Amino acid sequence: MSDKELQVRGKQEAPADREQTRPGPVFMPAVDIFESGDVITLLADVPGVSSDRINIDVREDQLTITAEIDPQKSEEERYLLHEYETGMYQRAFSLSDRVDQSKISATMKDGVLRLDLPKAEKAKPRRIEVKTD
Amino acid sequence: MVTVKWRPGLSGWQREPLSEMNRLRREMDRIWDSLSGTRRSGSISGAGVFPPLNVSEDVENVYVRAELPGVAAEDMEITTKDNNLVIKGERKIPTEGENVSYHRRERESGSFRRIISLPTQVDNEGVSAVCRNGVLTVTLPKAAKVKPRQVEVKSD
Repeated sequence: MSDKELQVRGKQEAPADREQTRPGPVFMPAVDIFESGDVITLLADVPGVSSDRINIDVREDQLTITAEIDPQKSEEERYLLHEYETGMYQRAFSLSDRVDQSKISATMKDGVLRLDLPKAEKAKPRRIEVKTD
Repeated sequence: MVTVKWRPGLSGWQREPLSEMNRLRREMDRIWDSLSGTRRSGSISGAGVFPPLNVSEDVENVYVRAELPGVAAEDMEITTKDNNLVIKGERKIPTEGENVSYHRRERESGSFRRIISLPTQVDNEGVSAVCRNGVLTVTLPKAAKVKPRQVEVKSD
């Protein structure tokens, strides 16, 4: 066990920049984004989302993640305690580098999405030789 | 003087599914709740202990749900004793090797432990827990004596 205890952090609602077809809250998933060498990796917490209901869209330098959730509670159930809300997830990022769209890989495990976005050839850092005469 | 109570639910807004309006209302509720110190169902604050729980019931069972993304089933420990349910575990975020530079780091790792007393008596033997897509569902069957029983009326 680590010493650090997890704290409650309310789910962040996404800015309503576009209208949803279905009413209900839209949340911003917490993410980690890091890069190592030629790959930008994004990890997003999307609990309650099955892998077939997540949509990843990359165009130009904009990455958008949208995920729909399956209802957790059945119709017959009655709430006794309601501490968190559920709703779809949406978040968009601008990418600093061009991404090779054909090589993007996405995996889901325990409600965490992992996206590996390989940088496009021309975005890879190039060492520029300085020549001397 | 006639005072008319401002009730957004009954005004014309309700006819349109304005999600932005709903969002604003929830936000207002939240601010109001934090000022007045009251808690209503649907607000996010809760008990202030991780993880936030949704507890519901139907005729047969009590359901306790928690969103625990990235927590493997083997890192969770669920125990029931008397009429208490204890959910504890640890969320591990593996390090991503050397030479990794972060742009954003919002996800947190750490341990958690929460105890909740159940609203009705449950059958401890029949408790089951499933974690699917990062959502933990603990199903606690109600004890036979608290379940409603239909009594058949016989005719002579």
